[in-house]
Amino acid sequence: MLVQRQQRLPVAVNQLASDSRGVLGVQNRDRRNRDGRELAVPLTWSEGGVTVTKTYTFRRGDYAIDVKYEVLPHVIDVVEAMQPGAPLLHDDLFTVGVEPKPEKASNIAKRIEIVLGDIEAGFAKADIIVEREFNTAPVHQGYIEPHATLASVSEDGSAEVWSSTQGHFIVRAHCARLLGMDIGKVRVTASEIGGGFGGKTVVYLEPLAVALSKKAKRPVKMVMSREDVFKSSGPTSGANIKVKMGATKDGKFVAGFAELKYQAGAFPGSPVQPGVMCAYAPYDIENVKVIGYDVVSNRPKVAAYRAPGAPISEFAVESVVDEIAKKLEIDPVELRLQNAAREGTKAAYGPKFGPIGLEETLNSIKKTEHWNTPLRKWQGRGVASGFWFNIGGETCVSLTVNEDGTVSLMAGTPDIGGLRASLAAVAADELGVEYEKVRPIIGDTGSLGFNFLTGGSRSAFSGSMAIVEAAKQIKADLTARACKLWEAKPDQVEFKDGAVRPLGALAEKVKPMTIADFAKTAGKTGGPIGGVGRINAQGAGPSFGTHLVDLEVDPETGRTTILRYTVAQDAGRALHPAYVEGQYQGGAVQGIGWALNEEYIYGDDGKLQNAGFLDYRMPVASDVPMIDTILVEVGNPKHPYGVRGVGETPIVPPLGAIANAMEAATGIRFTELPMSPPKVLKALRDKGLDKA
Amino acid sequence: MARVVLIGNLAQLTGGVAEFQISATSVKHLFQQLAEAHPALAPHLEEGVAVAIDGQIYQDSLFEPIKPDSEVFILPQIAGG
Repeated sequence: MLVQRQQRLPVAVNQLASDSRGVLGVQNRDRRNRDGRELAVPLTWSEGGVTVTKTYTFRRGDYAIDVKYEVLPHVIDVVEAMQPGAPLLHDDLFTVGVEPKPEKASNIAKRIEIVLGDIEAGFAKADIIVEREFNTAPVHQGYIEPHATLASVSEDGSAEVWSSTQGHFIVRAHCARLLGMDIGKVRVTASEIGGGFGGKTVVYLEPLAVALSKKAKRPVKMVMSREDVFKSSGPTSGANIKVKMGATKDGKFVAGFAELKYQAGAFPGSPVQPGVMCAYAPYDIENVKVIGYDVVSNRPKVAAYRAPGAPISEFAVESVVDEIAKKLEIDPVELRLQNAAREGTKAAYGPKFGPIGLEETLNSIKKTEHWNTPLRKWQGRGVASGFWFNIGGETCVSLTVNEDGTVSLMAGTPDIGGLRASLAAVAADELGVEYEKVRPIIGDTGSLGFNFLTGGSRSAFSGSMAIVEAAKQIKADLTARACKLWEAKPDQVEFKDGAVRPLGALAEKVKPMTIADFAKTAGKTGGPIGGVGRINAQGAGPSFGTHLVDLEVDPETGRTTILRYTVAQDAGRALHPAYVEGQYQGGAVQGIGWALNEEYIYGDDGKLQNAGFLDYRMPVASDVPMIDTILVEVGNPKHPYGVRGVGETPIVPPLGAIANAMEAATGIRFTELPMSPPKVLKALRDKGLDKA
Repeated sequence: MARVVLIGNLAQLTGGVAEFQISATSVKHLFQQLAEAHPALAPHLEEGVAVAIDGQIYQDSLFEPIKPDSEVFILPQIAGG
């Protein structure tokens, strides 16, 4: 139905006079009366195929434009958007990944599939098959600090930008490309960030601020309001998921099928691909088939949110695994152990896993006092596992030995979870200096070579590898200087425990020299002492985690209270245990919010109704108990310290763990997220359980 | 020769063939041969794939060695949040 709307828009008269084009086509004919206080502006538009021109007269200080909108039908739900006859967002979007190539445009941007073995043969072997359909709502990353930036363009055309970002080199690249500038003329500083979680791996304000600063010849600051953040920035997908699993009567998984439909927002690019790859990653299953659809709908384009795509698919799979456990009367941890992926297991997406720690996380959960604590009525316990690949990437760090022997460390990936402290520990260990003597900072884009953004759980993994490289250069340099000073051969000296030490007979003639000793005379022995680690870090090892949760449901209100929560996750090697624990706890809390309360609520008009923290309810500290953590360490053989990324995996298991605990507490299998109080209460009432 | 498998939709660009036996000593060498045999693959290989060699995933690493008996999977690129 076509609906005409009129809206009175205030428009600066001066702006209108100078613009040569407006939304409807403003003819720039400035007809002023003799005192210059009136402006006649002809506007043109198309109405029913006829071109209409009307002249509006504005008095200075009194201005308006009447705009008529044609409000088009919208579609938000992913399943509705896929239906034939759904309002079409793009006339030129044709589904990729289907044969033959479609001739009609569609809201389905892409179809993807991974296959392992023979899924039909697998189901034929099953003694038990469980099939379920699930729905999740879109949720936001919920960073406390909104998008904010400050840009200042100087007369020579170079720009300085300060940004709340997870990747200032990426900000630089986008600004330069969008504004036609040389990359070297844009210098970006990453501000101390108030949360990102993937949502700040893209740009919204920065290129605009640079353009405005250039035009205004003044610094320009832009800060989104909370409402702006919810309405304009990218949340993650809402989704529809179908899962079907088959197992033998003794609990061996023989087939795993899933069909994932993810919202992309107004433009293609949902995280359905990683969702497809992660769905069955924790399990050794011979026959797997997972299909994914990337679907556009009338919402902001999604942005990454911590292990993008994986929490959604693993919520569904872990729920079905739990059902299988119940039907077969097998302990849910034992069932997972029986089928767990281990070193040598072939992942559904192709390669075999190297050393991994899933089994260790499951066993450590079983040994906890939490696991063995009895529960009461309306209380339930749930467990679920999860996985994220982790990545490496381009990384550049510098280490500089100062004149007094202290060390300046400069990294180039924004610190969103303890990176500086972790890298300082590595530098101190490598150089044999006290931790307090290493001062870490995050450098701007003018100070280091390119660094990929902080995301993909990569910064501690990659940064520490680069620190090792930089430290190697320093150690080699100091060893060479010692050889010159002592007139020794390389095999007569070694760097050990923070000093270059003479070996053999030489040790009777000269004393060891520490880094601080070299620093005092650096100028006389070759100049400043430092090293730069420039790498494209490879060898990232996946991190598996298992979560255990106890909760209680109030049958009168539908409210769920988390009573106890334990995270066991493989960190490979925890460079800074407290920060690693913080990542586990933070991911768990975000998962709790996602499972129990958070969702975008749209009105019938397609507008977001809850664009603020009052109505988009995220957990606060008083909503959750202390999250207990178990640091499992199955070393990553590809990293000098055995490090695995840890930041993303902890958000993957909570949705399934909480859904499983809800089933245990209420006897109801919830297949729709969030399991918010109104939905829980309705479900209880439908089963007559609310009075119990 | 290394066993090379295309994961996901890439096989649609090779006429449905997802598995190859290729003699290649590096990722660069592998990509060159695949692109010559299937030109439609070329833009995807340049941007947007990860390569798993004997279980280890590599991204943007053209000189990573491939052994004669390696098992290689070409996957969608992995990012994160």
